[in-house]
Amino acid sequence: MSTVLSTRPPEDDRRPGELGFRELLRWVWRQVTSMRTALILLLLLALAAIPGSIIPQTGVDSLKTSNWQSDHPKLTPVYERLGLFSVYDSAWFSAIYILLMISLVGCIVPRTFHYWRGMRAKPPAAPRNLSRLPDHAAYTTTDAPEVALERATALLKRRRYRLSVSTGSTTGDGGDSVSAERGYLREVGNLIFHLSVLVVLVGFGLGSMFGYKGGVILLVGDDFGFSNNLTQYDEFKPGSLFRADEMEPFSFKIDDFDVDWLTTGRRAGMARGFQSHLTYREGRDSPEKKYDLRVNHPLSIGDTDVFLIGHGYAPTITIKDADGNISGGPTPFLPTSQSFQSIGVVKAPDAEPTQIGLEGEFYPTVAFSDQTGSYYSLLGKPLDPMISMLVYTGDLGMDDGSSQSVYALDKSKTTMLTKKDGTPYRLDLRPGETAKLPNGLGSVTFEKAPGVDGGVQRWNKIQISQTPGKWIALTGVVMALIGLLGSLFIRPRRVWVRARRQGDGTLVEVAALDRSGGGDVSVVVDELVASLQGPQSGKQQQREDES
Amino acid sequence: MTDAAWESLSNQAVAAAGLLYFLALLAHLVEWASLRKVPLASGAAARDSIDIPGGVAVATGPHSDEAEGRARRTALFGRLGFLITCIAVAVQAVSLFARGMAADPNRVPWGNMYEFTLTGTFVVAFLYVVLYRKFRLAWMAPIVLAFVLTVLMVAVIWLYAPVAPLTEALSSYWLVIHVVSAIIATGAFTLGGITSALYLVKARSLSKNGPQETGYVARLPQPEALDRVSYRLHAFGFPVWTFAVLITGPIWAHQAWSSYWNWDPKEVWAFITWVVYAAYLHARTTAGWKGRNAAILALVGVATLWFNFIGINYFSTTSQHSYAGGAKQIAPLEPAPALSRDSA
Repeated sequence: MSTVLSTRPPEDDRRPGELGFRELLRWVWRQVTSMRTALILLLLLALAAIPGSIIPQTGVDSLKTSNWQSDHPKLTPVYERLGLFSVYDSAWFSAIYILLMISLVGCIVPRTFHYWRGMRAKPPAAPRNLSRLPDHAAYTTTDAPEVALERATALLKRRRYRLSVSTGSTTGDGGDSVSAERGYLREVGNLIFHLSVLVVLVGFGLGSMFGYKGGVILLVGDDFGFSNNLTQYDEFKPGSLFRADEMEPFSFKIDDFDVDWLTTGRRAGMARGFQSHLTYREGRDSPEKKYDLRVNHPLSIGDTDVFLIGHGYAPTITIKDADGNISGGPTPFLPTSQSFQSIGVVKAPDAEPTQIGLEGEFYPTVAFSDQTGSYYSLLGKPLDPMISMLVYTGDLGMDDGSSQSVYALDKSKTTMLTKKDGTPYRLDLRPGETAKLPNGLGSVTFEKAPGVDGGVQRWNKIQISQTPGKWIALTGVVMALIGLLGSLFIRPRRVWVRARRQGDGTLVEVAALDRSGGGDVSVVVDELVASLQGPQSGKQQQREDES
Repeated sequence: MTDAAWESLSNQAVAAAGLLYFLALLAHLVEWASLRKVPLASGAAARDSIDIPGGVAVATGPHSDEAEGRARRTALFGRLGFLITCIAVAVQAVSLFARGMAADPNRVPWGNMYEFTLTGTFVVAFLYVVLYRKFRLAWMAPIVLAFVLTVLMVAVIWLYAPVAPLTEALSSYWLVIHVVSAIIATGAFTLGGITSALYLVKARSLSKNGPQETGYVARLPQPEALDRVSYRLHAFGFPVWTFAVLITGPIWAHQAWSSYWNWDPKEVWAFITWVVYAAYLHARTTAGWKGRNAAILALVGVATLWFNFIGINYFSTTSQHSYAGGAKQIAPLEPAPALSRDSA
């Protein structure tokens, strides 16, 4: 038996199931744009977002991330390769949302055409047997069929249905009927929603590509200022297509900084009511303006926003070396607790005969704990400020030109000063006090800052961000919400009314079909029948309910 | 009244509301327990059609005095349960109001997890009471009450925090807009999740055992009706959630933290919840996903929602939504990002 039983044309020598290139493309397109794929991609997107909320992200908190990385030396290379420290920029996360967007476009385009055709089409003629629809009703009246239909037409038109009237001769069921349809805007809402997802993505993309976010610790006072260019930032995160010449040329300084310290109640010691009194210029030659920068109240200059996000103390510490050369000045200390116990470092690389480094803590309101045998800060308010620092001499490692954090001391080539009994030599200074260093190294002074609360200089952490496209993104989400409301709450439905003679009266049938998949049209039918019958009550009505 | 008096009023009102919810739950349990013995009347199946979502069809079957007496009793307990629930909701509203008055300066009661949870359970119960007639939610009573009571207990036992002033970043009118919308959506999604769970139970019971005569499941509305109620709750919740998470949240985040989307864990999970519910709405119109799979998605959604509401605060310490107290604050206004200032 070698007869080939095939209906295939003989010149087609492909195996069954094999696809040509174009067919393959079409198949792929169909798969990608199918509802099922979109659904699976949505769920994948949700799943893919999870790791980023559990594993610390470089883009969110780089300090925490590097801490985590040093705690997990084995996992780190694996995670790094998988992009788990920057999930939301990773290739696989991007792949999911780009596929989702393709699927979305593939969904919108054909639907728009479909909608366009549907919008211009007339409502379909009434089905032959209206009582087969799940929601229907009928009543008899003494009016002529034409009168009944006219009333139905008027009523449905008033309710903004689109209408088409067909006569019995065309449908062949011996009665004239009105077809009505409404809720066309549901699909518009749906399309707007999907389109605006793309708009949001464009706005978001613009922001992350062309924008930047940076932070600076700025000392309070007339002697210190900030002008918006790259060199002035302490930290700077530019987008991938950021250009420095797009930065707006504003400048500002902090004239004064106010804090209210809660002194009573459960959160006594908490600070609130932060206010930075700024003087700023929008451009190099613009007039000076004033602004009170507060939390939740950023200063907007063009496309750039300036935020107050942190504050702390910068004790003015000067070191006088053996030759009488003075170095140092206000040094920002980083708060480590709610009561502003802060850590900091002072470096004197030019001191003679040896470089001097100080490392220690600052306490706005100092207290001594017998339990731990050390100082701590009682309050964030500078009622009794004090610094307590250890002294290091030797090579601070600053001469090789590599950059070094100003909040850390490289102690590898230094020695700590000790007292004769071998315990660390500790400088405990209050504003205005000076201590002589042993061995004729010089002296250290905690200078009293004039005109400042507690005599301690302050700093503000200012965050500056330029987010182009934020208005596009906002418009996108608002459009999405409007579209969503339309697609969820506009209920498209079709209504048919047919009237035909029956005996000496007219039988009027009403039926409705919900096309949204969540609506309940039995109420609509009841209400229509009631309105159609109008005030002439007493007509017999038969409500059939065979659902 | 002093702040302390307001605070103790609030605590007492929470205790009273908890007790009332418990009594209401008992009343409904009595109702359903005595309904167990009553077979579903033959006419009830028709009454339970998709035209009448919900609605506990009380037996009108064989007219015996005993059955009638039992029917009256169950109806009485049903009404009693609902009445107590209404009172409990009112008492809980008092507790929230007092909580806000206890703070100095007076504020909205949304400063910490305890207050959020208190408000969340209030909204769940409140929406249930409001929608009770519209959607005929009588069948939901025991489950809603058990849920509210449990979460309220969790709030009182583990999440309680004394009244304190708001931290600086929370002092914004966006707190009112953002949190109110998020909590309303949470309430609607929770009720929707309960309905979806019951849908699964009912559908499974129907496909396994066929129509039953007695028991709680038999008196649940038909799956189609449950599906429709669930859809409506979600269709209400989803735009509200969108407003809370994707509009007011970013606007406020932009004002307070300088960037409208920070991939903060709370934001990520709110986004995940949003995506899951978008998938739910999508699934309802996709062949092969209607019904069962859509209902499962709704349950996944409600799980992510409550995980985000309570759980993520204990999992993640980087969250800037650090009101749970789990997050360590380095800088006083917000956890300070790495300060890598290089000395030149």
